[in-house]
Amino acid sequence: MPHARLAGPMPWVIAIMIALTVMAAGAGLALRNVAANAEAEIAGGVTVQIVEGAPAERARQAEVTVALLNNREDVTDVRRVPQSELDALLEPWLGQKDFAEEDVIPVPALIDVRLAGPVTAHRLEELRAALSDPVPSARVDAQARWLRPVFDAVASLQWLAGGLILLLAATTVAAVWLAARSALGSNRETIEIVHLLGGTDQQISRVFQRSIAFDAALGALAGLGLGLLAMLLLGRQFAALGSGMVAGGAFDLGDWALLLAIPVLGVALAVVTARLTVLSALRRIL
Amino acid sequence: MSGGEGNIVQFDNVGLRYGIDREVLSDISLTLYPGSFYFLTGASGAGKTSLLKLLYLAQRPSRGIIRMFGTDVITVPRGRLPAFRRRIGVVFQDFRLVAHLSAFDNVALPLRVSGVPESEIRKPVADMLAWVGLDQRAEARPATLSGGEQQRVAIARAVIARPEILVADEPTGNVDPDMALKLLRLFEALNRLGTTVVVATHDVHLLKKVPDSLIMRLDRGRLSDPTGALRYPPRREVAAQ
Repeated sequence: MPHARLAGPMPWVIAIMIALTVMAAGAGLALRNVAANAEAEIAGGVTVQIVEGAPAERARQAEVTVALLNNREDVTDVRRVPQSELDALLEPWLGQKDFAEEDVIPVPALIDVRLAGPVTAHRLEELRAALSDPVPSARVDAQARWLRPVFDAVASLQWLAGGLILLLAATTVAAVWLAARSALGSNRETIEIVHLLGGTDQQISRVFQRSIAFDAALGALAGLGLGLLAMLLLGRQFAALGSGMVAGGAFDLGDWALLLAIPVLGVALAVVTARLTVLSALRRIL
Repeated sequence: MSGGEGNIVQFDNVGLRYGIDREVLSDISLTLYPGSFYFLTGASGAGKTSLLKLLYLAQRPSRGIIRMFGTDVITVPRGRLPAFRRRIGVVFQDFRLVAHLSAFDNVALPLRVSGVPESEIRKPVADMLAWVGLDQRAEARPATLSGGEQQRVAIARAVIARPEILVADEPTGNVDPDMALKLLRLFEALNRLGTTVVVATHDVHLLKKVPDSLIMRLDRGRLSDPTGALRYPPRREVAAQ
């Protein structure tokens, strides 16, 4: 059978599509992992703020709060955030000060609490009720509440990544369709001869499928390499930030399997597109 | 020449029109018997090539019925047409060799399309090329072959699969008289083995070279059949093989 090659830019086009898809998928997976790890970390997290202007009273109420919380069965961990830590947190905005001694800006005492199990509205209310009399200045909040907008933004980015992947798949289909139509046109004479000799549409289509599979496989391998290289470089940049949250974006085995499946799926998509394009065009030939 | 009961091709009031132009073939009714030899003649533009296109299923008629091998090929599903085409060998007027294949691969093409294993292709193709005098040119591409050589490759390709019907459009137009006679003898040999042969030609000398051949004359798209012998040919004796 005559070989119809979809040579020229096709392998490069597919390489670029696969590389972009790998990057988009990688970004989506990393964001998902970051969000999932962060959510898991603060799942049972509650913060108690002692909002009291007088430093001595503030410190007393904080002590009472810690003692009360340590006695609760549903509390697994209680940690009062040290003043030095609070000072360091505020230093970038307010300069170097000892906020415990200076009452210019009364900074609430913070107590990190870990509950056994997830934080629910009911449990929050229970905690508030338990602290309201002995610690009137206590403000009890779920940590997840503050990070909800962050998680929502991450979810949006994941949807964006998914949308990009679909767009890239559609672009790949369009590129293969165009290339197959072009190859059909330039091989029309040969196709007609093969038809007249008794060749079937499936025989002719298989020639095109083999050709596009070869080109797509080359491009997919190159694209996978490019995509993984880009992610490796980006990953190192983010790892250099030293942020625990970013570290939570690392891939597990399932994520790697998904990324490695992208070029395989890309080749399959290209082959199916070529087959459908060729068969559809051949039906118009007697 | 051997013949047989039953017909292999039957045209019933067939007409052919390209687009909205007038018909290039009108009211064509004929019956071709297995093992018969036909010459198709007519002036340029009479419709010979169009008739041949209907015979080798490159075109559907605008009206009428065509039966081949006992089946109405007009209504047969498109997917079944390749099976009919494999039973028909065609020598095109413009050869229509595949440009990027060698002479060997061009001749082997019908066998490969039919799924013949590679191990069973080499010898018959080599023998056929030797028979048409091109064994030394087996690896040559069509562009490097002369017109006569290309025609011989085209003929070799048409007959390699021992078709039941052989349709040839001006098969001797580019060869010398000796080769033309040799090719005609090849067609006769196939005919003796049972192949129905239809040769379109201007060469009136060829018409006399094949005894018992039937002449189909086309005149402005109509078949001249004053005695009805083409539409209702007399039954032939089945010759012993």
